[in-house]
Amino acid sequence: MRALAALLLLIGLAVPAGAQVLEDKPVNFPEKLEIGISTDEIAISSDFRGADLTIFGAIEGYDPALLAQSKYDIVVALEGPKDNNTVRVKERIFGIWVNRRSMTFELVPESYSLSSTRDLETIAPTAMLNGVGVGIHHIRLSPIGYVGDGSNITEFRDAFRRLKESGGFYQRDPGGVQFISASLFKATVKLPASVPNGTHVVRAHLFRDGVFIAEKALPLRVMKTGIEQMISNAAYNNSLAYGAFSVTLALLTGWLASVVFRKD
Amino acid sequence: MNIFIILGMGAAVGFLSGMFGVGGGFLITPLLIFYNIPPVVAVATGANQVVASSVSGSLSHFRRGTLDVKLGTVLLVGGLAGATVGIWIFALLRSVGQLDLVISLLYVALLGTVGTLMLLESIRALRRSAKNQPVSLRRPGQHSWVHRLPLKMRFKKSKIYLSVIPVVGLGFCIGILTSVMGVGGGFIMVPAMIYLLRIPTNVVVGTSLFQIIFVTAYTTIVQATANHAVDIVLAFILMVAGVIGAQYGVRVGQKLRGEQLRALLALLVLAVGARLAVDLVHTPADIYSVVSEGVYR
Repeated sequence: MRALAALLLLIGLAVPAGAQVLEDKPVNFPEKLEIGISTDEIAISSDFRGADLTIFGAIEGYDPALLAQSKYDIVVALEGPKDNNTVRVKERIFGIWVNRRSMTFELVPESYSLSSTRDLETIAPTAMLNGVGVGIHHIRLSPIGYVGDGSNITEFRDAFRRLKESGGFYQRDPGGVQFISASLFKATVKLPASVPNGTHVVRAHLFRDGVFIAEKALPLRVMKTGIEQMISNAAYNNSLAYGAFSVTLALLTGWLASVVFRKD
Repeated sequence: MNIFIILGMGAAVGFLSGMFGVGGGFLITPLLIFYNIPPVVAVATGANQVVASSVSGSLSHFRRGTLDVKLGTVLLVGGLAGATVGIWIFALLRSVGQLDLVISLLYVALLGTVGTLMLLESIRALRRSAKNQPVSLRRPGQHSWVHRLPLKMRFKKSKIYLSVIPVVGLGFCIGILTSVMGVGGGFIMVPAMIYLLRIPTNVVVGTSLFQIIFVTAYTTIVQATANHAVDIVLAFILMVAGVIGAQYGVRVGQKLRGEQLRALLALLVLAVGARLAVDLVHTPADIYSVVSEGVYR
């Protein structure tokens, strides 16, 4: 069994772009990953200014020798709800700044918070991280539609990551995962103040000596509460009633004003 | 978002609209954009605010009998059609990422033109009054090509016999502006009705306010359903502050001379337009921008 695992490991390392092989099923490694969070639902009030979410987990079936050498690395990501995102770039035309070129990426998380045992780039080779799709610089950004010769994909991907990071939607914390006993770990991921409403996914990845071997995901529902969110929900889910109410409110305000301030 | 800034904005625009007898939508929307409210929301919320400000105005015209319901209804037919086309244009521009630009460009063009015309007109009036000549608006008198069009209809209240084609056409154009720019359009409609259609001045303001209520109400509902762009809290703060500010504006306006007032408003309109124009040519902090489509919301 162990010999087989070692063989697979060798194959995994031997194929340079082992990404495609590994992304499907991390086959029969003896190690398994278990994680748990205290709740699968978080209620957020309108004065929320960001918080930390703690995730506990354990490596099962680990090799004590490898563990002693700190060969195991854990990366935990909190992925927000996914949506298509369009990046646009402005150019100057007749002195005016105009949105010219654009690229739409398919189903990327609105927020992304990453926590790892050490700097992600030192945990595994870039090709493997790309294959797993973990890390701000490695999550899948697949353009939709016509992209020409594809030479400008990098430009738009970089801009997307930079905007998401500077906006506080994408965050990383190398060192946010700590072992609290031999195989038990604690991961802290940040919920940004602007955390989007919806179903997030906590996804933990286990790397052994630079090879991705196991993954475990748990859903986490983020629900905003309070009057602001109620109004926002109404605007999206009952938009006709919402619009009619807005108009009624305006009619009443105008009518009341003409009654209150009537001069004759 | 600071509630007091929004309140102040609404009160200031309300004051000006009371003082000058304008709806104020053409000032509210650019001000909201200056305050970093997304133009999509600024336009839709502006239209909602105009509903409130035109209701109180048209009610008082209705009481005084200076409102031609029949003429207003014909204008409204064009207005609703125009607003529908406008919403379609709005959604199209938004999907290709050019909405913010087009809104700014339209405002620069509109505020620049209206401001310049008003300034020139008020300077002429000021010169005339300095020479002690009587200040009078041009009387609608002779007929033009507009009055030779077919499909004529009699509007008893306005005491005119006029083709419905230019009336519906005017309503249509203003309707487009309402949904794309979030304005009532009174500041274009009133001069067009007086000078182009030769409608008697006394019914013009009330009638245009009357149809603005319905076009802006319709636009608000469609914007809410199609673009989810109406911010009811923002609109409510603006309209409450606006109607109160307008009352004080009216009082101050009655004490000041008309030509000076119009010159002041013209300068203000030009200043807002200039600020928008500067933003268009000023190099943005980041030339890249990202939007989520909201399809999977």
